[in-house]
Amino acid sequence: MTAPALSAPPPRASAGVVIELERVTKVYRTGSIAVAALRGVSLSISEGEYVAVIGPSGSGKSTLMHILGCLDTPSSGAYHLAGDNVSRMSEADLAEVRNRRIGFVFQQFNLLASMSAWQNVELPLVYAGAPRAERRERAMDALARVGLAGRVHHRPGELSGGQQQRVAVARALVTEPDLILADEPTGNLDSVSAADVLRLMDELHESGRTLVLITHDAEVASASGRVLGIRDGLLTENDERYMESIR
Amino acid sequence: MSWLETFRTGFNGVLSHRLRSALTVLGILIGIAAVILTVGLGEGAQGQVTSEITALGSNVLTITPGSSTSSTGIRQALGTASTLTVSDVAALSNPTVAPDVKAVAPITSSSETLTAGSSTWTTSVQGSTPTWLTVRGRTVAQGRFIDNQDVTDHGAVAVLGATTASELFRGVDPVGQAVDVNGIPMTVVGVLTSTGSSSSSSTTNPDDMVVIPISTGAERIFGGTTRNSVSTIAVQARSAGDLTAAYQEADHLLLQLHGITTPANADFTITSEQSLISTATSVDRTLTILLAGVAGISLLVGGIGVMNIMLVSVTERIREIGLRKALGATPRVIRRQFLVEASVLGLIGGALGALLGIIGATFLPGVVGNPITISPTAMVGALVVALAIGISFGVYPASRAAHLAPIDALRNE
Repeated sequence: MTAPALSAPPPRASAGVVIELERVTKVYRTGSIAVAALRGVSLSISEGEYVAVIGPSGSGKSTLMHILGCLDTPSSGAYHLAGDNVSRMSEADLAEVRNRRIGFVFQQFNLLASMSAWQNVELPLVYAGAPRAERRERAMDALARVGLAGRVHHRPGELSGGQQQRVAVARALVTEPDLILADEPTGNLDSVSAADVLRLMDELHESGRTLVLITHDAEVASASGRVLGIRDGLLTENDERYMESIR
Repeated sequence: MSWLETFRTGFNGVLSHRLRSALTVLGILIGIAAVILTVGLGEGAQGQVTSEITALGSNVLTITPGSSTSSTGIRQALGTASTLTVSDVAALSNPTVAPDVKAVAPITSSSETLTAGSSTWTTSVQGSTPTWLTVRGRTVAQGRFIDNQDVTDHGAVAVLGATTASELFRGVDPVGQAVDVNGIPMTVVGVLTSTGSSSSSSTTNPDDMVVIPISTGAERIFGGTTRNSVSTIAVQARSAGDLTAAYQEADHLLLQLHGITTPANADFTITSEQSLISTATSVDRTLTILLAGVAGISLLVGGIGVMNIMLVSVTERIREIGLRKALGATPRVIRRQFLVEASVLGLIGGALGALLGIIGATFLPGVVGNPITISPTAMVGALVVALAIGISFGVYPASRAAHLAPIDALRNE
């Protein structure tokens, strides 16, 4: 049986475009107070691009990350991910989209402490319904790719922070997703490990992956090919002013 | 995600929090063991009562004088009248009128003081006929039982129960010895085989008694208004299956002999061991239900424990749930995972509780002195109940986990 994750990606409406946001807004309501976190964001990211979204805290960058990652749906506007309109999908359908099309790398690593490295990496394949032997093989391959072939049986607690984040990267790429979404991937790492993880991101970019990196750190953002600034819920392309201001 | 994977994940969830899982299991375990033991104790007591009553003879009917209605229509209290006579006994013994009756033994009895040499002993003296031995299902250990000649001759002979014999004669062979019954000298002709009864009461201990010919008793010991009256008639049916037929024959015959047309006015009462058994078991059943109810409440408390722990587990693993959702777990998969965890806890608790129940049933009877019967039905029932508790108390926590928004779950520090 072939896993759904393995099948060829369906034909795309506009070939080569992975992310297409059209005037996306997100309004949070707490009682009678409404807070607009995103105020009409339009954005297009093509296949193979390495994009950094940079902004201070409270700028709406986490909200943008949640919407790009299909963890939340926009209040208005449309979001096409690899040709599919995901802005009005049910929770179960969104779970499937996340599983097949997106690989996440979080600031907190978010590895399950009771499982070994390879079991953590195979988790998305478990939810995709891939058979056991195939899952193991692909998890091992992904770990080898991030340079952890010798640590597959270690638990997260037995790995350094940098190694844990590399396990998380392996988990993000094991399903061969359309998009890898990294939220402050270096935020919890020392500079050596951070450089290590960014080098890994570069390698993934060179091998043709589409990457979106969300950060508040200009140095991290400068590793990417395209920098988007976000402030007060609005996006600015190549935000030189912001880059200058924090330099 | 396949069920196999769901089960594997669920088991891992239980195993990765060993202490917490063990404590939850403990609640279910105690509840299940309590239910199994109380039900087993109740069933054991029922079995014991039934077998003790059956030992008395399951095909024996006991006829006792009932309330009689005087000519003025006043009904006298039960047992006050001496309505049964030797002619009733003679009629019941007739095989043509009562074909399903095998043997009939008239019994008169009172408590009397016996003296043998310097020993004195007060016990129940029963006047009867040779058929007493078969109707009561007893045998003679030494000497002989009273015979028809003794009854005809009003012979001054007595047969002692095993306990009575040892109390009066202490090691001396009682057969041939003299014993005074209420001042009347008699000769001991035999001793009954001990039944091994442990009862200490002289009224219920079948080994502490004396049997004398009914004629001798009526004439010289019991006295009373009419020499022909008997206090009890024991009727033995041909077999346990003929008991109902024998009952109807005796009832019909006595109503006819006593000239009573309305059965409701009968001046006698016929009881069977069967009716004693059903009374005794219904009492035991009530007790069992009561005890099982208390044990059931402890099971409910155990179930609430499962729910409590599962809710704590959902809150504590909010990040894990968020991550699993981000990686593609649908709400349904998350719900299943937590349901499986809850039912695994229930099932382990049920299995260990059943095991504890079996161990308890093996060792407790030695301590409390009551038999405990464990039925396979109770075992399977306990497991099913434990599983059902796990699932039903797991539904709410599982659906809470399923409906967590992934961002809220991931945001939690």
